[in-house]
Amino acid sequence: MSIFVNKETRLLVQGITGREGQFHTRQCIEYGTRVVAGVTPGKGGQTMDDVPVFNSVREAVQETGANCSMIFVPPAFAANAIREAIDEAVDLIVAITEGIPVLDMMRTKNYLQGKRSRLIGPNCPGIITPGQCKIGIMPGFIHKPGGPIGVVSRSGTLTYEVVHQLSTKGIGQTTCLGIGGDPVNGTNFIDCLKAFEEDAETKGIVLVGEIGGTAEEDAAAYIREKVNKPVVGFVAGLSAPPGRRMGHAGAIVSGSSGTAQSKIAVMKEAGIHVCDNLGRFGDFCAGVF
Amino acid sequence: MKIHEYQAKELFRSHHIPVPEGYVATSPDDACTLAGRLGRFPVVIKAQIHAGGRGKGGGVKIAGSLDEVRRAAEAILGRPLVTPQTGPKGKKVRKVLVEQGLDIVQELYVSIIPDRSTAKIMIIASRAGGMDIEEVAAQHPEKIIRVLINPLAGIESDHCREIAAGLKLTDSLAGKFSSLIEKLYGLFIETDCSLLEINPLVITAREELIALDAKVEIDDNALFRQKDVLKFRDVDEEDPLEVEASKYNLNYINLNGNVGNMVNGAGLAMATMDLIKSAGAEPANFLDVGGGANEEMVENGFRIILSDSNVKGVLINIFGGILRCDVLAEGVVKAARKTGINVPVVIRLQGTNVEKGREILAASGLNLITAKDLSDAAGKIAEIVGK
Repeated sequence: MSIFVNKETRLLVQGITGREGQFHTRQCIEYGTRVVAGVTPGKGGQTMDDVPVFNSVREAVQETGANCSMIFVPPAFAANAIREAIDEAVDLIVAITEGIPVLDMMRTKNYLQGKRSRLIGPNCPGIITPGQCKIGIMPGFIHKPGGPIGVVSRSGTLTYEVVHQLSTKGIGQTTCLGIGGDPVNGTNFIDCLKAFEEDAETKGIVLVGEIGGTAEEDAAAYIREKVNKPVVGFVAGLSAPPGRRMGHAGAIVSGSSGTAQSKIAVMKEAGIHVCDNLGRFGDFCAGVF
Repeated sequence: MKIHEYQAKELFRSHHIPVPEGYVATSPDDACTLAGRLGRFPVVIKAQIHAGGRGKGGGVKIAGSLDEVRRAAEAILGRPLVTPQTGPKGKKVRKVLVEQGLDIVQELYVSIIPDRSTAKIMIIASRAGGMDIEEVAAQHPEKIIRVLINPLAGIESDHCREIAAGLKLTDSLAGKFSSLIEKLYGLFIETDCSLLEINPLVITAREELIALDAKVEIDDNALFRQKDVLKFRDVDEEDPLEVEASKYNLNYINLNGNVGNMVNGAGLAMATMDLIKSAGAEPANFLDVGGGANEEMVENGFRIILSDSNVKGVLINIFGGILRCDVLAEGVVKAARKTGINVPVVIRLQGTNVEKGREILAASGLNLITAKDLSDAAGKIAEIVGK
């Protein structure tokens, strides 16, 4: 079992002919993902390796039955690309693009209301169900198939670090996903917690947060009420100065809100096992799970 | 991107949002000439820096004569201004705004921000203007009015009426206020603001609504379509190393510690800074070279870290995903050969092509200290700078 994606997932790639799109599409195919189509307006009829390229998401879906889209479209056009996938009722949209204007994402998120699609990201590494399919830019080899742990994170490389330590300790993963480092994103922590709680194969959850916003506090409140599986948490940014955007657009302490200290306190209070030393994360998880 | 108050007021004027008459001066002589142009006293001299709390730091002075204008400008210009937001070193003031004093009856607060959790645009208003709004929100939450607007639908007259009613404005003022709020919302959307704040928005004896202060920040992600606003960037307000880093698309923030560090990915970079701190040392910077960094970016990042004279040691932490360890290693070796390493460097590599990366470092003959894992790396660098 897994959440959101598995070996049946039929992937289309928006922006497949760009440099990043090509590179990562090949990596996904190599991992075993069923990449059925690509979309680049004006390049319909071509192929990228053996993958047929279409002019629009509509054509790609009609011709190939794709039910998931991975987006590598540049920031200026990414919101439109997401909207195109929403309009074709693609089940899952994974937006990798970093740097989409906040206003565009606010509009997109409101547009998504009541629609069939789920959006993961933007500005995220994507989602992987180890041994089945990889939709994103994470290095596949660090993951260990078979569960029993689900991983959800606001970060990219920090997630790889965490997953690598889990795998090194012999702890496998059901599904790992990054929800993105932007202030406004599609799927949030709570959506993932709910899915992991319902997934029979997932026995424990790792939640990796960072400074800015209230996503960790909201997740903690949800975990206290609705999650029975053990949760290990981590929050990056204890040493971050206030008022500075720490790489991710969403990682900023404004005034006294959004600090790592306050997030960790709320998470501990909700019964989450918060690890305070990333260097020993694997050992910490081995102890809890 | 932050802009100055006088630039924000320029944006306000172009959107027909009333601001006091005022001019920018760079010298006391200038300030006197411009005060003369205003024609009557009092005038207000306001330091122009990218930080709030200027009044508390002595950066806002009222002058009742040309003599007082000169003295105020001399006291502010060319000196560092320390406010609660600048840090202890303060920020050097290069410009002052010389502005007409107003006959103020009441001070209000208005701001517009994107609300992350609802993905709506939030207008915040209060009758408690001129005060620290975070304090008001903490102590008197009932004095804060919040209205959410769906950016797909836009602002409607109901939103404006709701805010005006919450502020208990008279009917004649409520009309003016609503039209002002609509203009502010328009400006917010058109220029991709990430913050628009007026504190205070004043009501004058003649029942005018005037933005006495103006704070605007632009969404960095939207600068590609805000060419008109780009001219407002003031690199004098930015850290010189950060300006240099921005030329290479590097996410670099200069901090006060002595452990330079270079990491790929923002989350891992923050976590690495935290590790340095918990090992007993202080990070000198935040540097995310990004997931897709190339050799040139690594080389420039390394050079920028080393050019900070506070740096007594460097920790490089790379988890190779898209950025392969061998690419990182090549970049570091090149930079080290070009600029020379004057401090100890601890390197921790993991992930894609890690063996190849380690071989390149070992074969380079450079004096680099390798760490086996994160804890080892943080411990080693803390020990080095602690000596």
